[in-house]
Amino acid sequence: MKPRRQFAVGILILVFLASLMANQLAPVSYSHQFRESANAPPSHEFPLGTDDLGRDRLSRLLYGSRISLLLAPVAALIATALAALVGGTAGYLGGWWERVGMGFSDLFMSLPWLFLLLTFRAMLPLNVSPLASVIITFTLLGLLGWAAAARVVCAGARALRNSEFVLQARTHGCGDFRLLIWHVLPPLKPVLYAQFWISIPVFILSEANLGVLGLGVAEPLPSWGNLLRDLENYRAALTSPWLLAPLFLLVLVVACFQTVLPEEDLP
Amino acid sequence: MWVHGYKRLNRHMWLHRIIRHMLIVSATVLFGGFLGATLVRVAPGFGVDEQQLDTRLSNESVQAIRHSRDSERDIFGFYTQYLGGLFRGNLGFSHSLGRPVTQLLAERVPVTFYSVIKGLVGGWLVGLVLALSAAMLRSKTYDFACTLASGFFLCLPSAVLAILFLLIQGPVPLGIGLTVFPKIFRYARNLLVQAYALPHVLTAQSKGLSGGRILFWHVLPLATPQLVALAGASVTVALGAAIPIEVVCDSPGIGQLAWLAALGRDLPVLVVLTILVTVITVLANATADLAISALRHRPS
Repeated sequence: MKPRRQFAVGILILVFLASLMANQLAPVSYSHQFRESANAPPSHEFPLGTDDLGRDRLSRLLYGSRISLLLAPVAALIATALAALVGGTAGYLGGWWERVGMGFSDLFMSLPWLFLLLTFRAMLPLNVSPLASVIITFTLLGLLGWAAAARVVCAGARALRNSEFVLQARTHGCGDFRLLIWHVLPPLKPVLYAQFWISIPVFILSEANLGVLGLGVAEPLPSWGNLLRDLENYRAALTSPWLLAPLFLLVLVVACFQTVLPEEDLP
Repeated sequence: MWVHGYKRLNRHMWLHRIIRHMLIVSATVLFGGFLGATLVRVAPGFGVDEQQLDTRLSNESVQAIRHSRDSERDIFGFYTQYLGGLFRGNLGFSHSLGRPVTQLLAERVPVTFYSVIKGLVGGWLVGLVLALSAAMLRSKTYDFACTLASGFFLCLPSAVLAILFLLIQGPVPLGIGLTVFPKIFRYARNLLVQAYALPHVLTAQSKGLSGGRILFWHVLPLATPQLVALAGASVTVALGAAIPIEVVCDSPGIGQLAWLAALGRDLPVLVVLTILVTVITVLANATADLAISALRHRPS
């Protein structure tokens, strides 16, 4: 592994561990308010200051990292599983199955999924719980982001369809379902792994965009998206550089994800 | 006679391709719009209007607000009614903005259209120039600097990019361009580097052909079909970036309209916008596809 990739993996592990240990590392709960210290600058008590509701920014950043970093891979897993299912079946069965499967993925690729996401997220009831909003946001990201990966998987499955080991397994009476699950999809693991890895930063950025628009994870739960909303007051960000901490962490993590993936696997 | 037969065959092939693309566009539009409307319909909270929570309103007024959205409750009814209206040029009425959707689109589509076009042109220019220079110069430092710059913009959410633009009072198209350029640069750079490493290009270089001749005669013809395909895909990227950028920069385009409609739970506007953007995306991809076919079938 190149030193650059080792460095990126190291940073990702560090950030993942810090977010997983948010309970231990965060000075206070993400929703605890110090009303007498609203908008406080960094100090010994609040290393990144407090927000306008008096909540500790460092605690919110740690808990927010946990939500973004744990749920973006879950959404990527959903998207990759769907891509394996649709692309694998279409590529392996061929003929009409392939045409329908790929037509469906083409359709999904041409849909303006940010518009759909925006629509669906805004249609949630006004009293939706923050936890439900998190789950719905990331599940939707996963359900809408499978199409491009499905095309790649389909091409791989198509190449394997008439390979010797598949023909041999078929002559031994192996059923289509068993063939697909045990013989066609396992050799496609590197493709699926690359698609999974590519999807994570895409979903992190999508959640961040939704969060800035006020349609991401609902308050008081923190996520990188809604923490970035503080930057809307950009004049304050100029005089208070600690407001840029969530942006710095987001850019760092997304850059690390892109560095970890080999160049040839990038779309 | 042979030439006549060939021409007829060629014309037949093109007609077949164009009809196929038109069918795909129609099917995608119908299905895309229906999917958009269904998603909205099945989403929890559909039909809820913030006005219903207004304590100053009487019971009758709340009931009237509920009934005003009855026609939208049946998804098939809503969609059939919508399609019928579409053929008559009636795109519905926006509940949240209190105006016909056609009027809103007439005002806002040109704003987004010019922003996206300017952004795409700018993004492509910067991306291609950097990719070409990186592939031709073969300087590690220059390549690293370009990759670093594009990587930075690739890691920034477009909404944050828009906030940075507010800071420097930058125009919206520049924001869209900076969202598009890293993707163009990365893809075009890899493509051109691969083309420059091909044996016939290396032979041409060793025989002393000029840089321009190698580029225009040996490298670009190989890379053009894939770049044209990327041009189709970049339209989707630009339209996606337009939403957060227009919202943050307060630009009155369809991106901002989608956001306002989403906040106001405005089904007619959202469905029309979904269909409109789907049509633009499919048309861009179909045009790119036809252009690639034309390039591949051009006489040598």
